[in-house]
Amino acid sequence: MNMLSRSAKEKLYFGLFRACGALVVLTLVVIVAYMLVGSLPVLSLDFLTEPPRGANARGGILTPLVGTIYLMIIVFAFAIPIGVLSAVYLAEYQGKGRGARFWSIVVSNLAGVPSIVYGLLGLGLFVTFAGLGRSLIASGLTLAILALPIVISAAREAIQAIPPSLREASLALGATKWQTIQHHVLPYALPGILTGVILALSRAAGETAPILLTGAAFYMSSMPDSIFSQFMALPYHVYAVATQTMAGMNGSPVVYGAAIVLLLLVIGMNLIAIIVRKRYREKYRW
Amino acid sequence: MSSIEVNNLNVWFDDKQALKGVNMTIPEKGITAIIGPSGCGKSTFIRSINRMNDIIPSCRVQGQILVDGKDLYGPGVDVTQVRKNIGMVFQRPNPFPKSIYENIAYAPRIHGTRDKKKLGEIVERCLRRAALWDEVKDRLDKSAYDLSGGQQQRLCIARALSIDPEIVLFDEPCSALDPIATAKIEDLLEELKDDYTVVIVTHNMQQAARVADRTAFFYLGELIEFGDTSQLFERPENELTENYITGRMG
Repeated sequence: MNMLSRSAKEKLYFGLFRACGALVVLTLVVIVAYMLVGSLPVLSLDFLTEPPRGANARGGILTPLVGTIYLMIIVFAFAIPIGVLSAVYLAEYQGKGRGARFWSIVVSNLAGVPSIVYGLLGLGLFVTFAGLGRSLIASGLTLAILALPIVISAAREAIQAIPPSLREASLALGATKWQTIQHHVLPYALPGILTGVILALSRAAGETAPILLTGAAFYMSSMPDSIFSQFMALPYHVYAVATQTMAGMNGSPVVYGAAIVLLLLVIGMNLIAIIVRKRYREKYRW
Repeated sequence: MSSIEVNNLNVWFDDKQALKGVNMTIPEKGITAIIGPSGCGKSTFIRSINRMNDIIPSCRVQGQILVDGKDLYGPGVDVTQVRKNIGMVFQRPNPFPKSIYENIAYAPRIHGTRDKKKLGEIVERCLRRAALWDEVKDRLDKSAYDLSGGQQQRLCIARALSIDPEIVLFDEPCSALDPIATAKIEDLLEELKDDYTVVIVTHNMQQAARVADRTAFFYLGELIEFGDTSQLFERPENELTENYITGRMG
């Protein structure tokens, strides 16, 4: 049993923890490096500003990039208000009884639903039933539903992390519950809410299955001209080029280029979140 | 400056009764201390006076609390008005994570004072009243969290005064403070008692003896004895009170 001294064990476990931590960092580094090296031949500003050519195998990624940005805007516009407001309801009005437990089970189950199922829901609900057709808005709404549980659970946690003593302070001054939420709870919870929002947007940005079923096109010669037209999107573009073109199957740099742009988009959003969070933390801290 | 008349007050949390038939008249002005062992209902009692127990869903209140003859629990009473007239200072300092100025200006603003000049005057008057002005006048825009614990608690007192309450409730205001900060708060209480009806819950009997004009002893949810502080500590009428203040129980 005591073959190793206590200090040797200490070193062994510490080394193990550190190795596991390093593995995680290494994964990200490898992903970025692999994509970067693969995409080197095409990486230039033109890649971002030119539409795909030669049946997607050549040219840039302007059309799918713009499509993905449009999708993000729709997700942002629908998922954030609905998600944050329902989180306020869950955290501030639901209390801690049986009802609250039921709600949190619903939310966590929603978060676990496979994305292809959301795609089917979007196809049935938005494309067919609501008559939106295969379109930007149908895909955007589908992704918004997918993003909703992530926004809700992050926002709810952020709101519940606000010390009850601050709510009491506000209520004891004769503020109404809504004033307390509006002036204190939401501003103080904003950094946490923002983290959830970015997480949700990143997740939605990378989803392929839902948009595949609800409106993403293999190739379009022009930008979507309204929210009811079809669109190209980055994740589907990566899939399409990689599986449907000879060049892609042979490792075309276009695939890696599209992937790294998607990656940088997500990392960029995270950076913005970090900056805004930091500024808010300086403004409100407890 | 209002008197508080409590008539047959019962409070339950779910099935557990926290206050049992409390009858008590707290005259206006001066300091009334509430003492008793942990779990005796003293915090529940003080939080009934500004209806802070309302925010606990399992809480049920029965009985009357009359302030200037008006029942706080009567029909049609606006609870935000109740809390505007009855300020509260809590166990741990709980300033808002905002500037010192904002901490004081917040309540007047939500109750309708928009004028910047007026708000500035209120901030200065309340900070002076809480003996904090000289320490913070040059850094009103700095976060309240830069202040020490004792300063934060005086800021919370200033905040409670910002909407001119008649009654100020203190729920163990010194339990998180060191002796020097405690002494400052006690001095402040002495200053406030001529203008406000002060009710203070304390687990510290010496504190009650030092600052209070009247003291009430609660035990197991009942008001056991209420009288002048000197009389209650020197010649308690009830055996339970005597056991508690002599340290045989508690």
